[in-house]
Amino acid sequence: MKILTLWSLFSTYLLASSLNIENHAAQFFSSGHTNNWAVLVCTSRFWFNYRHVANTLSVYRSVKRLGIPDSHIVLMLADDMACNHRNPKPATVFSHKNMELNVYGDDVEVDYRGYEVTVENFLRVLTGRLPPSTPRSKRLLSDDRSNILIYLTGHGGNGFLKFQDSEEISNVELADAFEQMWQKRRYNELLFIIDTCQGASMYERFYSPNLMALASSQVGEDSLSHQPDLAIGVHLMDRYTFYLLEFLEDIHPASKTNMNDLFKVCPKSQCVSTPGHRTDLFLRDPGSVLITDFFGSVRKVEITMETINLTDPIEQVEQSPVNGELQKERNSYVDQLPVSEIIHQKPKQRDWHPPDGFILGLWTLILLVFFKTLAFQETAVGSKPPYRVQ
Amino acid sequence: MAGQKLCVCVCVCVCVWAVCPKDDFQEELVIRPLHSGDIYASFQFRTVWETDFTRGNKVSHYRLFPKSLGQVISKFSVRELHISFTQGYWRTMQWGQPFQPAPPGAELWVWFQDSVTDVDSTWKELTNVLSGIFCASLNFIDSTNTVQPSASFKPLGIGNVTDHRFLRYATLPREIVCTENLTPWKKLLPCGSKAGLAVLLKSEKLFHSSFHSQAVHIRPMCQDWECKTTSWELRQTLNVVFDLHTSAQGKREWSLFKMFSRTLTEACPLASSSKIYIDITDNPEQFEVSPATPLLSQASVLGDRRTFSVYDLTQQITFGTVRSLNLLIRWKSSEGDMLRPLLHGERYVAGYGLQTGEIHTLMYNYHPYRSFPVLLLDSVPWYLRLYIHTLTVTSKGKDNKPSYIHYQPSKDRVRPHLLEMLVQLPPNSVTEVTVQFERALLKWTEYTPDPNHGFYVGSSVISSLVPSIVAMDTNSTRERPLFSSFFPCKEESSYFVRVYTEPLLVNLPTPDFSMPYNVICLTCTVVAVGYGSLYNLLTRSFQIEEPNPGLAKRIANVIRKMRGVPPL
Repeated sequence: MKILTLWSLFSTYLLASSLNIENHAAQFFSSGHTNNWAVLVCTSRFWFNYRHVANTLSVYRSVKRLGIPDSHIVLMLADDMACNHRNPKPATVFSHKNMELNVYGDDVEVDYRGYEVTVENFLRVLTGRLPPSTPRSKRLLSDDRSNILIYLTGHGGNGFLKFQDSEEISNVELADAFEQMWQKRRYNELLFIIDTCQGASMYERFYSPNLMALASSQVGEDSLSHQPDLAIGVHLMDRYTFYLLEFLEDIHPASKTNMNDLFKVCPKSQCVSTPGHRTDLFLRDPGSVLITDFFGSVRKVEITMETINLTDPIEQVEQSPVNGELQKERNSYVDQLPVSEIIHQKPKQRDWHPPDGFILGLWTLILLVFFKTLAFQETAVGSKPPYRVQ
Repeated sequence: MAGQKLCVCVCVCVCVWAVCPKDDFQEELVIRPLHSGDIYASFQFRTVWETDFTRGNKVSHYRLFPKSLGQVISKFSVRELHISFTQGYWRTMQWGQPFQPAPPGAELWVWFQDSVTDVDSTWKELTNVLSGIFCASLNFIDSTNTVQPSASFKPLGIGNVTDHRFLRYATLPREIVCTENLTPWKKLLPCGSKAGLAVLLKSEKLFHSSFHSQAVHIRPMCQDWECKTTSWELRQTLNVVFDLHTSAQGKREWSLFKMFSRTLTEACPLASSSKIYIDITDNPEQFEVSPATPLLSQASVLGDRRTFSVYDLTQQITFGTVRSLNLLIRWKSSEGDMLRPLLHGERYVAGYGLQTGEIHTLMYNYHPYRSFPVLLLDSVPWYLRLYIHTLTVTSKGKDNKPSYIHYQPSKDRVRPHLLEMLVQLPPNSVTEVTVQFERALLKWTEYTPDPNHGFYVGSSVISSLVPSIVAMDTNSTRERPLFSSFFPCKEESSYFVRVYTEPLLVNLPTPDFSMPYNVICLTCTVVAVGYGSLYNLLTRSFQIEEPNPGLAKRIANVIRKMRGVPPL
């Protein structure tokens, strides 16, 4: 009897622990992504749009703090605010008027800056269709197991976002770009956040699966800025991103906060506009999606106690000094301004090119005129009159 | 037998030790107080590596030399690479000559090896890769702002062949320099920004200055006095001038903490030498330095013999009992004048309106009795159409004919103007070079998003061998401080100097970009109103209609219809 109870207890314990292990395993593989990328874009130029750069840099700061490395972040800033000559505190971008938080920091790497932030470059980064000489830091090298966070901020309207005061991107183009990314298997799940006026219009046209979108205001509403700083002279940040930054400052790499908390950031009382979100294209339940699935780069580690034997280190190939190979002549430094050499420099022999259109036309005209006058002279001098005088 | 074995062992040991090519890292900071009360700090970090990138074998083991730059050199067959990022303009008349001159914005000039077949495509790929390494928009360098100088920019490293086909030079005067350029620059250093002099490089202080310039110079140099084998030298330089009023609140008292908001605690452990030089040539009448140091050194640099106090950071006693070094420089009097620089350049645009203009370049020779030749390099973008027949060079009111002119005309949207002239500057004079130009109207997609700011024209480069007062040191292999060995010196009586003029900002005729929208709206309105009215007039016809009868009448009509009687 006792043995039976002991056995039943033991078996239930085993069952419980195995379920626990299964739970752990399930949690381990629940999100389905293996790497994280972030594309953060600020689309506005000029000093009075300081707040848009501050928005993007605060999201950059949070994303870096939670673990995504610079090599996995594509940061696009359309203008330089930190070293702008109007900035009273150079190399800083502040988010709050008491100048507490310098979101620019000391370790920032901007991939696209100034005039490079265009609609074409943005779409090329998303779809991966970049010229072959583009360096790695400017590419979005995501695969089908990547979770991507895309953050856009700037001036926008109903169905478009303005880039640098000279061009726009429409919500249809954006939706098509995401569809291209889906078809090329460039993302596992994508979170799209936009902080502009009438931001909800930008995600209305999405039709690819696994997209979740957040916007700072509905169609017909304006997103407002937070507060100006009298020393710097401009508004420092937008309301939605300010409260988003406050929310993200409480997140650490091991926190279990989920998307439903993110949807509650900045209610109408604080934001004046109504933030919106769209989750119908997303396959998982937003309550089960962790914030760190998109904002952080949580590495799943497995601890093992086994010993692993490393192979022998690669032997450096012995490079015998090639002394006797060629007759080395004595090198010397070059004369920086060899005056006599320069004066007697022969002009470069330029290759002969066939004459281009203008010269050809001129010569044709000259030849035509020449032959015409020749023919005219001949008819005038030596030919018989066409009729005879009766 | 045992002796032989020992011999063999020793030989093997020596061979194995000699296999890894040696590399060496030195760091140095030179602080020079300027007469206006400002202070000039120049950092130099030099890595010398005895290896050969040019031969076919791949280099795979990198130690002090950064791997990203090593791969760039071997992949693109680069012989010399000089890139600089500058914010601000160097005021030669107030500050003297800099140790490493640089123009405002970004400047890149590269000498390729003889083995490169297509230099232009290699140049394009190289600029793209460098834009990724330094987080700068160097990918905007293309054929419209690249030139191939024919006499300027001779290689600074060793080499016997100088075919200018392998040289490319480009500037981006609009390029902004900020922390995002400093971060990858600092990551190239062996100790990073964690130890040694690089600890002082904090962006909040460095960019709050009158002048900030950071550069990377890679060149081959002699390994020893015989100069039969080459080793590669990487120099990272950072020059900064702190303003008296913004950084020191008007008080003529400088310290490391005031300049950089940091003090030094140790040298970089990977450095073979780590020194600070303070220029005390005007000491002790002008200012005093504390803590005092017994080490003094003299060097002839930029045509002058200067005395320096040396602080050796590899010695522990430099840091004293507090284990940190904070140098203090205090002014005692503000009299005295500095040595006037012998060569100075200025440039400005004259004229009015948006059609024509004139570029004036002034070159000043302040030597009382010697004249010397200068090489002027001008690279003007294609949208300023230069009229070279209006080029005049005058000194002291008289015409001064250059002994060498090389002019390559521009081609619209393909390449810029290139003008190189060798001009002899008479002593104690101003030479003025003027050329007239016409502004082009660009296509509307070629305008930048902020066209009313204007378009930049890169600085002119004035290179010259200036006669020197003191004998310069021509022995290149002797151990000397880094700042005096940047430009190679071939003769004792002169030193090489390069002066950059200001960049120009010109306004091009800018269209009103809202006009297409306005025109479409107006035209459509006019067409709609006009056509609509005409259509109405032609097709509208009038019909008489009975007015609607009242309620009583309608009921009566209904009753009448029921009765079969005609309605009212």
